[in-house]
Amino acid sequence: MSVTREEVAKIASLARIKMGDAELDTMVPELNNILEWVEQLGEVDCSGVEPMTAVIPNSLRLRDDVVDAIPETGGGRREDVLANAPAAEHGFFGVPKVIE
Amino acid sequence: MTELTNLGVKAIRDGVAGGDFTAREVAEAFNAAVAEAAELNAFIVTTPDHALAAADATDAKRAKGEDLGTMGGVPIGMKDLFATRGVQTTAASHILEGFTPEYESTVSQNLWDAGAGMLGKLNLDQFAMGSSNETSYFGNVASPWKKQGTNAAMSPGGSSGGSSSAVAARIAPAATGTDTGGSIRQPAAFTGICGIKPTYGRCSRWGVVAFASSLDQAGPMARSVEDCAIMLEAMAGFDPKDATSLKMEVPAWEAGLSADLKGKTIGIPKEYRMDGTDEEILKSWEQGKEWLRDAGAEIVDISLPHTKYALPAYYIVAPAEASSNLARYDGVRYGLRDLPDGAGLQDMYAATRAAGFGDEVKRRILIGTYVLSAGFYDAYYTQAQKIRTLVAQDYEQAWGECDAILAPTTPTASFPLGSLDKDPLTMYLNDVYAVPASLAGLPAMSVPAMLNGEGLPLGLQIVGKPFDEQGVLNAGLAIQQRAGFEAQPEKWW
Ligand SMILES: NC(=O)CC[C@H](N)C(=O)O
Repeated sequence: MSVTREEVAKIASLARIKMGDAELDTMVPELNNILEWVEQLGEVDCSGVEPMTAVIPNSLRLRDDVVDAIPETGGGRREDVLANAPAAEHGFFGVPKVIE
Repeated sequence: MTELTNLGVKAIRDGVAGGDFTAREVAEAFNAAVAEAAELNAFIVTTPDHALAAADATDAKRAKGEDLGTMGGVPIGMKDLFATRGVQTTAASHILEGFTPEYESTVSQNLWDAGAGMLGKLNLDQFAMGSSNETSYFGNVASPWKKQGTNAAMSPGGSSGGSSSAVAARIAPAATGTDTGGSIRQPAAFTGICGIKPTYGRCSRWGVVAFASSLDQAGPMARSVEDCAIMLEAMAGFDPKDATSLKMEVPAWEAGLSADLKGKTIGIPKEYRMDGTDEEILKSWEQGKEWLRDAGAEIVDISLPHTKYALPAYYIVAPAEASSNLARYDGVRYGLRDLPDGAGLQDMYAATRAAGFGDEVKRRILIGTYVLSAGFYDAYYTQAQKIRTLVAQDYEQAWGECDAILAPTTPTASFPLGSLDKDPLTMYLNDVYAVPASLAGLPAMSVPAMLNGEGLPLGLQIVGKPFDEQGVLNAGLAIQQRAGFEAQPEKWW
């Protein structure tokens, strides 16, 4: 399978990456080279093979059912959470207006 | 007096504990070496004060007769993929330039708790995507090594290229690395040092900038197997903050080191003789077999039939996970924001990500987005995850016949910076021998074997059973003792 310029533009927009004409021009053949190379996986007979879900057997744990069981990932850290925001306003993340 | 910067982790720790020198003297010596080595571009930021403060704390403990910790007095380099409180953490990207975490990654915290200090944050390929350290927003890293008779800057490997360059140049006794598909082992091989990626889940991923979550593992890079054992012991351990962290005791790897391989069987996978592999690498592999035989091991031929499909499967799985993980960089919560005049939210996302990500990162995100998109998911992603199962099954079969596997780490020695960066696919092939163990989550190590005819280091790789880091380290030690690799790059920086 190969991708057209329009498809790459579509993928870029799905991925929310703005791409100009020049960038698309270089990206299309590069992506097609890579996609062509991964095509070889189609040779392998995978009937009856389960897709891998966990690489090392491990069971999902439950954390203790208490508030702020792990302080770093608990609540009450508004200042920390906002410390690196490009536009923190009134204790929230600021974004351009989304409702007209 | 011995040149302090020539010492490794164990020698520093024991020397500080024994009073041969102070931790402060060590930190000062390395801080000075780092300051002199700007030409390598191994560090994105240096943190001499962090190293000094940790050293002073160690010296104070010693004065009071307290325990110094297993890394007491050892200053290290920290790959700039680990979040460090109060110190810029960028993943070598523009989108995270200026990001200063309010928290500390579990692995770095474990190292500080063991008495280590930080010399600085090490350069890497952007978001750990690359094999040559040419995708960093903060410039290429140069290897301290040169090809005989030439002056071209050589690649230190990637993505942990700042780590490998710094340790090989002796401006850091050891450094952290991360390995998603070879990023500890390939740079270690290129620069004549050791590096081990433990079993998936041994080291917490909490606070490590995510690339491909089902593959990412942290590990140490140092100049000896012993130093790797000491440092891995300090880094590893269960962490409730990482859902995939292994709830297992950390074995006493340092105390368990033994180069006696009697009763052990080492497998030689016949599929690891791919086209494009250097003659000299194949020769070093033969030599490696001899060394392990000499250490008492039995050598057997094995087969890992799906080896050839591991790399293409990786280049579906890793970009897929990356495209999802990197969706968080949106110009809202942290990092760069590019808000063109009059732009709405969607335009802001697209502009921010266009300005903040480098070309290789964009390529990966696009591939990942495509293989996960409706209509293509099964053909690409599900198929790749099935291949991954087959690769893991190959190893399970092999463990019926051997205790560990010996292979080359890379198909070639290091190459000049700028020689492969125009062709993404050729670059990807660097990791053809490293990626299979990553897909199966297995512990794997690279140890230096010899210099090639051009004076460049070659590494050998040992892959072990799940949780058997000890077996990997021991085989590594057996090679180290017989290889007697003492070569050092000549200082030009
Ligand atoms: N972080 C890594 O292990 C990188 C592996 C490989 N070089 C890649 O670019 O994806």
